[in-house]
Amino acid sequence: MDDIITIYVTDLHGDRHEIQAPTDMGLNVMEAIKANNLTVKATCGGMAMCATCNVIIKSDHELPEMSESEEDMLDEAFVLEVEGSRLSCQIPVSAEIDGLELSMAPLSNPED
Amino acid sequence: MIETDIIIIGAGPCGLFTVFEAGLIKLRCHLIDSLAQPGGQLVEIYPKKPIYDVPGFPSILAGELVDNLIKQGEPFKPGFTLGERAEQIEKTEDNQFIVTTNRGTQHKAPVVAIAGGLGCFEPRKPELTNLEKYEDHGVDYIIKDPEKFRDKNVVIAGGGDSALDWSIFLADVAKSVTLVHRRSKFRGALDSVEKVEMLSQAGKIDLITNAEITELGGGSDLESVHIFKKLEETSVIKDVDYFIPLFGLSPKLGPLKEWGLNLNKESIPVNTVDYSTSVPGIYAIGDINDYEGKLRLILCGFHEATIMVQSAYRRIHPEKNLVLKYTTVSGVNAFN
Repeated sequence: MDDIITIYVTDLHGDRHEIQAPTDMGLNVMEAIKANNLTVKATCGGMAMCATCNVIIKSDHELPEMSESEEDMLDEAFVLEVEGSRLSCQIPVSAEIDGLELSMAPLSNPED
Repeated sequence: MIETDIIIIGAGPCGLFTVFEAGLIKLRCHLIDSLAQPGGQLVEIYPKKPIYDVPGFPSILAGELVDNLIKQGEPFKPGFTLGERAEQIEKTEDNQFIVTTNRGTQHKAPVVAIAGGLGCFEPRKPELTNLEKYEDHGVDYIIKDPEKFRDKNVVIAGGGDSALDWSIFLADVAKSVTLVHRRSKFRGALDSVEKVEMLSQAGKIDLITNAEITELGGGSDLESVHIFKKLEETSVIKDVDYFIPLFGLSPKLGPLKEWGLNLNKESIPVNTVDYSTSVPGIYAIGDINDYEGKLRLILCGFHEATIMVQSAYRRIHPEKNLVLKYTTVSGVNAFN
């Protein structure tokens, strides 16, 4: 189907999962991860007000530019300088990110 | 020893609303929270965000909702132990519970309601050697009593609302306030940013941006911090009494794991009949619990609190029949 994309998520144990997400539900990547029963802490629920949905983008997809609040939040959590570091809640699920490859970052660990 | 009917662990929206519902059936409550003020993540993370799904409020700011909940519970005179983390729950021989905090405060009640949300908020700590050595010896992560800083030299680090707000507040209290931020722009509310800039121009706050603390110095107490200015690539050493890093808070499950409850990952499975846990007398409501169909919504937590206190009542007063009273009929009868 056209309106379903695939994202590859490597969890904190190093296991790689192939997940699917619809592009017509207004989802972001954090929600797509959650909807596929993978763990992500995501304390604030998607407002870019914590950093507990932090992921590392591994593929070279063109992603929406970081908003100031995302940048500030990553900085405050000391992970802005990490290459590929993003808040997954700030990346909309769209056709442009089909095949996106990412790893969950330590801050997203609910048990931490 | 603080004695009450229901010890509520967590003073977020669910814990606060429990005070009201319990009060209606004449049960007293005491709340424990690791944060210095009630409200949980609504106050700590998103006080200025509008919430649109609280029944009867087309839109309400999270901070306002908390203020309203506190006011709603006021007639029932809840007790508060704030800035302390519930550390231990013990069962007594007379079928009650004693909850002890990390500061040693003890609370006793026949019922415990865990309304812990996502866990205790713990400060995000910068990576500095010696940081732990100086905790409580010059390094503070939350400000419980601003008077502690009167006539002291204080360095605050951070770029969000709490760093800005406390810098503004302490500018009138402390001997000197230095605000160090890693970036050039601040994340906090615009009027706070302007106020800080104004105070900086007036010489009341020493504002250092594009800089970070790289080292702490001193003997048994903190005496100095090294501030590295990134653009100039130079370091200055500043004599201080207190260093307050305010890099936000992150919830951790914390001591909950050791309370002998059945856990499902990070949440507490409950019986939806009354939101009781695997330990009779201990209930779990709000974001911390889990059951089939669970939704982590404030409005669902309010429902859970309401149902839960009925069961708590039957546990506390097994000999009495409880009849549902409507506030439209009975009003709110405040405690003396």
